[in-house]
Amino acid sequence: MKITSADALEGIRRQAVNALSVREESNLQTADVSCGLEKGTPHMQILCCGGTGCKASESAKIVENFRSSLKEHGIADKVDVIVPGCFGFCEKGPIVKIVPDNTFYTSVHPEDVEEIVTSHIIGGVKVNRLLYKDPGSGEHISDSKHMNFYRKQMRIALRNCGFIDPENILEYIARDGYKALADSLARPSLDVLADIKASGLRGRGGAGFPTGLKWEIARKFDAPDKYVVCNADEGDPGAFMDRSIMEGDPNSVIEAMMICGYCINANHGLIYIRAEYPLAVHRLQVAIAQAREYGLLGKNILGTDFNFDIEIRYGAGAFVCGEETALIHSMEGKRGEPTLKPPFPAEAGYFGKPTNVNNVETLANVPVILTKGPQWFASIGTEKSKGTKVFALAGKINNVGLIEVPMGTTLREIIYDIGGGVKNGKKFKAVQTGGPSGGCLTEKHLDTPIDYENLAAAGSMMGSGGMIVMDEDDCMVSVAKFFLEFTVDESCGKCTPCRIGNRRMLEILTRITEGRGTMEDLDKLENLAKVIKDTALCGLGQTSPNPVLSTLANFRDEYEEHVRDHVCRAHKCKSLLTYSIDPVLCKGCSACARGCPAEAIVGEVRKPFVINPEKCIRCGMCISRCKFGAINVI
Amino acid sequence: MENMINLTIDNRPVSVPKGTTVLDAAASVGIDIPALCHIDLKGTCVKNAPAACRVCVVEVEGRRNLAPSCATMVTEGMVVRTNSARVARARKTVAELILSDHPNDCLTCPKCNHCELQKLVTRFNIREMTYKGEQSNRKKEQTVAITRNMDKCILCRRCESVCNNVQTVGVLGAIRRGFDATIAPTFDKMFSESDCTYCGQCVAVCPTGALTERDYTDRLLDDICNPDKIVVAQPAPAVRVALGEEFGYEPGTIVTGKLAASLRALGFDYVFDTDFGADLTIMEEGAEILHRLKAFLGGDKSVKLPIMTSCCPAWVNFYEHNYPDLLDYPSSAKSPGQMFGAIAKSYWAQKMGIPREKLVVVSIMPCLAKKFECERDEFKVDGNPDVDYSISTRELARLIKRSNIDFRQLKDEDFDKPLGESSGAAAIFGATGGVMEAALRTVYEVYTGKTLPKIEFQEVRGLEGIKEATIDLAGFPLKVCVAHTLGNARYLMDKLRKGELDYHVVEVMACPGGCIDGAGQPYHHGDVEIIKARAAAIYREDEGKPIRKSHENPDIQKLYKEFLGEPMSERAHHLLHTHYFDKSTK
Repeated sequence: MKITSADALEGIRRQAVNALSVREESNLQTADVSCGLEKGTPHMQILCCGGTGCKASESAKIVENFRSSLKEHGIADKVDVIVPGCFGFCEKGPIVKIVPDNTFYTSVHPEDVEEIVTSHIIGGVKVNRLLYKDPGSGEHISDSKHMNFYRKQMRIALRNCGFIDPENILEYIARDGYKALADSLARPSLDVLADIKASGLRGRGGAGFPTGLKWEIARKFDAPDKYVVCNADEGDPGAFMDRSIMEGDPNSVIEAMMICGYCINANHGLIYIRAEYPLAVHRLQVAIAQAREYGLLGKNILGTDFNFDIEIRYGAGAFVCGEETALIHSMEGKRGEPTLKPPFPAEAGYFGKPTNVNNVETLANVPVILTKGPQWFASIGTEKSKGTKVFALAGKINNVGLIEVPMGTTLREIIYDIGGGVKNGKKFKAVQTGGPSGGCLTEKHLDTPIDYENLAAAGSMMGSGGMIVMDEDDCMVSVAKFFLEFTVDESCGKCTPCRIGNRRMLEILTRITEGRGTMEDLDKLENLAKVIKDTALCGLGQTSPNPVLSTLANFRDEYEEHVRDHVCRAHKCKSLLTYSIDPVLCKGCSACARGCPAEAIVGEVRKPFVINPEKCIRCGMCISRCKFGAINVI
Repeated sequence: MENMINLTIDNRPVSVPKGTTVLDAAASVGIDIPALCHIDLKGTCVKNAPAACRVCVVEVEGRRNLAPSCATMVTEGMVVRTNSARVARARKTVAELILSDHPNDCLTCPKCNHCELQKLVTRFNIREMTYKGEQSNRKKEQTVAITRNMDKCILCRRCESVCNNVQTVGVLGAIRRGFDATIAPTFDKMFSESDCTYCGQCVAVCPTGALTERDYTDRLLDDICNPDKIVVAQPAPAVRVALGEEFGYEPGTIVTGKLAASLRALGFDYVFDTDFGADLTIMEEGAEILHRLKAFLGGDKSVKLPIMTSCCPAWVNFYEHNYPDLLDYPSSAKSPGQMFGAIAKSYWAQKMGIPREKLVVVSIMPCLAKKFECERDEFKVDGNPDVDYSISTRELARLIKRSNIDFRQLKDEDFDKPLGESSGAAAIFGATGGVMEAALRTVYEVYTGKTLPKIEFQEVRGLEGIKEATIDLAGFPLKVCVAHTLGNARYLMDKLRKGELDYHVVEVMACPGGCIDGAGQPYHHGDVEIIKARAAAIYREDEGKPIRKSHENPDIQKLYKEFLGEPMSERAHHLLHTHYFDKSTK
């Protein structure tokens, strides 16, 4: 069924909105409400997270169990099982949400399904043990909005994730989907473009280039074939906001690409996505097929003379292909490596045609900016960074997951309020923002409001929004080495500084972590880092020294300790550890010696044993075998 | 002027046309920014500016990072610093990084003293290996023509760009990533397993010793010193206008006399000339042109036109690999070098009473594909090749130096007779358009029976990629076309395949500019003026010759009279013509 006008779209929306209203209303409910079929609730919904993270924890099996259980109980017609995208609270996944009483179950296992059905769905009694337990008060919390994890969040880009069925375009339409497109097509494209500019939206992929300006430049280059490219080559380790948006709300990306096409006079859309995101690919394929079916993609969209269609292009998962010129070369079937800009893709992009490249999260913001107005969006955030930003919280933090907060939120709020603080009560040491291209920020940066400028000033960057928290047990030299290993792996090899320079930096860091470093190495490291930053060809190379530079700036003492004293205070650098046995605590049980794979421990039973440091491979086996805590590691 | 851009480089005002790079703008005021991966043979299509090596970086006011001057265009009001401390440090560090992944065996490197990396190291005053670390262990290969030692590769990508963009052969490309990246044929195959034509343009542009010619000088020395061998030299037309560069002469100096003298001094028993073979080629190919033309004019629809020249061995390899369906179009005439070999080992050897197995014919060529051509089975008699092997101009220069010959002191000498006599038409074979011009001089006179009013055909000369001309053959408009580089050849062949190529005769040379820029010539290091000077010398050589048409070469006439009979006779066919093979890999 083709939707041939804005009015027809509105008609569809009105019908669709009824189906969603129960879910919308449910969002308002709190713990005191409890529904069940036997309590008279006529209809219920079970939302079971279908994001990649929860799927890895058997959420598909949970869905299957729900469906068969409902069937067995003969209530399949009264209860819908819906599989939305990611809820964000991945630490507590798989998530199951019950509508209409807004119950938010966490860490659900397939074997919990029967109890949820009999107790809650049928009996109206919530399964308390599956409710989120507040770490502070120890109380169970039934609805997500009372959880600290969600309290400070503001979900714009993620507005539909974890709420709608991403494989049902009607649910997207019900949430004002394609309204922004319909409204835009009724206006001069320049006005739409002006709105995007006025909103202050900036690229969420890394560099933060103003989106409206980018579109304006792309619009200026006239050609019969122009392209809108969605950069879905999310590559930062630990970042998965783009994947979640595509899995949870693929239509928002499609709609935004069409609006962009309208603004820059392009009729072709391409989504460059890594093939290792099969679920996101599937959801996009379904969404594109449905959009075509409804006439939202194709010719004469909504009865206008605007034509637009989208194809998917697959990447092999190279980090450098997130760089727009490399991405375009990869799409052209060439080697995925960057070329010098200018010419910018806006002038000569895909097969030499004017091309506008935007990242997924950037695009996801576009429709809602137009429906709610640029002023609304511009009112959120800081002076130069408007709106919200999605971050992927990872590392030594209690609430690992995907969060969205207004620009200007401080690191402290994110880490302590939303993230629930550092795991196991350890001391916070640093947070790496911006993935491998970013830098390590410390205690002194915790109260800095996060936006593009502040992060850059602090020696890091927004990047795509990865946020990895480190505690006192993390060695900062090893952290720098970890990120550099990634960039060395992901370098395309085109320019000298990145190809050889990063390798040499990694070798120096390896020497330092193995106790073979010299003070001169530190100078070399610093010089290389600066030169690579100054001379590398693309963004990957230019930012690759950031983890080294920021750890050198903030933790130089740790580097020096490794070099001068051969000490790793975090006990992470194996080569720098010395294992010994406390002769007082040792009972001479021989458990350590029997477990030692290197036969490095000798002694007589009932007398203190000793470790031969020459043979010791620092595996830690003795520690796990010793019942008396007699093994010392310095 | 409207399209001029004004900027400042090192505090000096510079005004250059829009679209100029910072590197070229600086050069225009005498500021020589060091560059490595960059090459630009202006006026040809050889260009590589990937901005990959980062040696040529400069500081641009208001810019966050340093800019690669080879690929950064000038902008109005730009303020550039090419020698600030920041730039100097970055540039030196980049060079040190390249060195840190280089074998640094300069003393024994074939590229020693011709290496562009070596020059930079001296220039940047690098005195120690600052950054030591793991070194790449990449492929090494010795083919019949080209030696590869990829450990010396600095990933400048020049070879990749000529192989793909200029020659469209598409054999070389970057594979693997990061520190493991290397330039190789697909799937890291060997050259010998690929569609490589051995044009050697990758060697001609390689800044280091990663790609070099296969050296046959030791073998040659052994043969020369062997009393049981009669060793015969035949140097190609393009060698005499370039060899002098190796001995400090200005590019474009003609050293024909010293070339003959040096070959004799080296100990060659007979010093002949490939130019003789070139005149012979014109006789055969000219006859073939006339033969096809007459058939065509007589209404024969099956005749294959255009006829294409077949002197260039890389071009032959190219169409055998890529156009197996069009093998009937190229002339069946062998190349001058192979014609020479066939005559030397038959007519001349019989005349002299030298048994074939005692005779060693060595060609001195501007070319590396000739090394491959010598090895073709169809150019052997019972396993004995017509031309035993081929050495390049560079190899000859090395051998002369090694043999204690002071080239500059040599007195001019002549080639031996009879295979050393040649016309001006043969001399110009070395430049693009030369074979066509030589053929036209003969074809015109044979066809019309009249003397040419003007002997030069200017319209087929010059560096333009594809040149066209229509020649009035007594009322018949003969349409000819001259292409150099295999990319231009591909353009023509694709048109031919579609039936859209409207010419009667087409000349193709694989190397830009023709043999004068062959892969065996002294390195031009990106200076197109050297190639132009060689071309000018070729035409001067022609002008200075008493005989300027192949069919007027008395020794050629004698050869036909005594031995071959007529062009395209049965014996001529047997000795001087060949056939082609389908070598496509699809």
